[in-house]
Formats: sequence, structure tokens, C-alpha cells
Amino acid sequence: MKITVDQDKCCGAGTCVLLAPDVFDQRDEDGIVVLLDAEPPAELHSLVREAVSVCPASAIAVSS
Amino acid sequence: MSTLIVGASAAGLATAEALRRKGYTDSITVLGAEPHLPYDRPPLSKQVLSGAWEPARAQLRSAEALAALEAEFVLGDPAVHLDAGERAVHTASGRVLKAGNIVLATGLRPRTLPGQPTLRTLDDAQALRASLLGCSRAVVVGDGVLGAEIAATARQMGVRVTLAGPQSAPMALQLGPLVAGLLGDLHTSNGVELRLGAAVTGVEPDGVRLETGEVLPADLVVVAFGSAPATDWLQDSGLVLGNGIVCDSRCRAAEGIYAVGDVARWHHETLGRLVRLENRTNATEQAVAVAANILGADQPYTPIPYFWTDQFDAKIHVHGLVGPDASIVEGSVAEGRFVVGYHRDGELTGVLGWNMPKQARRHRQRITPSCRATVAASAPAGA
Repeated sequence: MKITVDQDKCCGAGTCVLLAPDVFDQRDEDGIVVLLDAEPPAELHSLVREAVSVCPASAIAVSS
Repeated sequence: MSTLIVGASAAGLATAEALRRKGYTDSITVLGAEPHLPYDRPPLSKQVLSGAWEPARAQLRSAEALAALEAEFVLGDPAVHLDAGERAVHTASGRVLKAGNIVLATGLRPRTLPGQPTLRTLDDAQALRASLLGCSRAVVVGDGVLGAEIAATARQMGVRVTLAGPQSAPMALQLGPLVAGLLGDLHTSNGVELRLGAAVTGVEPDGVRLETGEVLPADLVVVAFGSAPATDWLQDSGLVLGNGIVCDSRCRAAEGIYAVGDVARWHHETLGRLVRLENRTNATEQAVAVAANILGADQPYTPIPYFWTDQFDAKIHVHGLVGPDASIVEGSVAEGRFVVGYHRDGELTGVLGWNMPKQARRHRQRITPSCRATVAASAPAGA
């Protein structure tokens, strides 16, 4: 799995951080998503896919 | 058992995705009234209206991601009738779609004034953009989230704009008096004329008439004063309707029939009453809950409401319940970034971040657990 984030689309909700804090963080200054791990281990894939789906700005994508 | 999802926007798409993610392998059909592939609505009043984004950028998923979903999309064909007993949906073109599970995700219809533009769909946004570019003076009728966002975007497009509505400050209901006052100041300092505190009684050829008799001159009037759940097509379905599709605590409207997103009014188990939320995060979070319940989880849905809005240089994020008892708990107005805590009976019921999204999310975790049920029941509509 390879994750990409679109910082221009990100609205700063932090939904992804609540789901997968080892993969996503937010910038302190404006809350925009920061990708901590673009290729996370398999045990996190399900949570990452949920983050993709529930992101309210549709700012996260994954490819395999 | 096959699943039919009626509604191809955020809630419908998220339901299909959640079903697949949880291992559902039977057929999924997504029926959409509009001809477009699933697109996102929050950017319509901001990036799409301003022209910062091409409309295609509001699309929720790439073609590859939609293909991977292995769902059939039937678009441009509104549902017109549901036979709940047969679990069959009839469409405008004459299709009859039957399924083992039906998920209703038809969202909202805006309240309108005859002949005046509003903003709910991608087509609306593009038409409104063209109108704004050609007008000299606009009045936005409606002081909620949508009206305030349209006014801000129009002003940033160089349009002379007046925001009208009955509240004392923009979004007063959603933000409470402290922050709504600051938002009003932000609009004024950016050149929006606020004419609040007086109801609009009609639109005349040369402008908008207020209950005071005053006419606000305009060659474009934009209507943004609320919406209603899109349930007209369900009147003879046998489902219980009442400010939305009435559901049990599992978001189930009838055997094998669920509702999700703006249109769903579900039973809050803790409170013993019905709740309906109009915000973007509810669409996807409720979709996850509905997908789980279709697959047998049998879990109640009890979210903490959240919405955000972007206006001028302010990014406002609201978690939980806003009320009159508000105090700044981090940052300051002078810095242009702060977090407000809302309390009731000494307990934290909600938090709001003004240009502090990450910090607000952290404070959200302090919202008193016993308040969360109350919060969900009384949260206002949001973005």
C-alpha cells in the first residue's frame, strides 16, 4: 500500500489522525495533514482504508 | 444478499466503500439522481464557486478507485417510488431495482424562492459562479453556514455583497454569540455589508425586501435559507417520515431498509429521542455504522457531531455542542487563532477552533462522556 495526501484539499478535520495516529498527523500551525508513513505495515491497512473513506475532504488516496 | 444504495453523494459512496472494506462480496448498485459521478459538496460554496478549482476536482474518487469498488453506478435517474415490502425502487426512467438491502441516502433539497438561484449541486455552483461574475450587486439571503460561505466567496470574487438574515450575527445558532460576533466582524472588515436581525419578506425586481420595509438593492439574489430532507418520493412507501426518514438506533427504517446522512433521523438510544444531523462528517461516519449493521453488527450509532467552515482567512472547526457559556481556553483573538470551550453545568460540551484545527481536535477528547449523547441530540446543522 502506498498512501498519498492532497494538502490543498485537506480541511484539517483530523479524522485520519483519530483513526491512524501512526500514519497521519496534522501541522500545528494550520491543521493540514502530514503523512508520517506513506507505506504502513499490513496491520494498519484496514484503518488507512477507513481513513480514506471517511476523510471529509477526500484528501487521502491509496494505491497498491 | 444484494444492496441498493439510493443516493450517489458522500453518504451513499461511503456506505458502498464501508461494505466492501468489511468484506461484503455481493452486488452493490448505487443510484444517483444527478448525472455526475460522486462529488463533494463542501467545496461547492468555496473552491468551485470561486473558480480556484475546476469542477472535476470536487469529484470524490478517481475513476480507478470507483472501479475497484465493483459497484454499479446508475446515474441521472432519480428514484421516484419505494415499495418497502418488496424492497423495490422505481426510477424516473422506469427502472425497477430490487435488492436484499436498501440504503436511503437522498440528502436534502434546498428551500428556494421562485426564480432565484441557490446552491446545492455542482450544476448550481457553476451557474451561480457565472451569475456572480456578471452581477454588480448581490444579496445573499440566509445567515447560516451556506449563506455566510457564499457571501465570503462572492466578496473575494470582487462582488459587492450584502448578507441578510434574521439572526444577530452570521451563524449565531451554530457558533454561539462570542464567535458569531467575531465572524461578523471578519465579514465587515472584508467588505461584506451585514443586514442582519430582520427577516426577508420577499424578492422584488430591484432587490430584497425586509420586514422593516427596507429594500436592499440587488441585481442578483442568492437563496441560502435552509433545506429539507429529500423524502417527497417516499410519501407512499410505508416508511415513517417526519423531518427525515425515521429510523431505529441502528439507522434502520424497516426490515432491510436503512437511512444514512442528511436524510436520516435516527433514534438516539441514550436519550430515547430522534436525531438528524446535516453535516459532512456525519454522512461518512453514519455510513460506516450502517454498513456494519447491514453485516450484522447490531450497534447503535452515537457520534460526536463535527463541522467546519472556511471564510476569508478563518478556518472554524466545531466539535460537539455550542452554547452561550463560552470561554477561550487556548490562543487569543489578538493572535487570530484560538480554541473556545463551551460548558454547561460545569461540564465541557463542545469545542471550537478558530485557525486552530489540530488543537481543537485535541480538546475534543475532553468533551465530557456524559455530555456526548446530549451533544448529538442538539447539534445544529453544519457544513
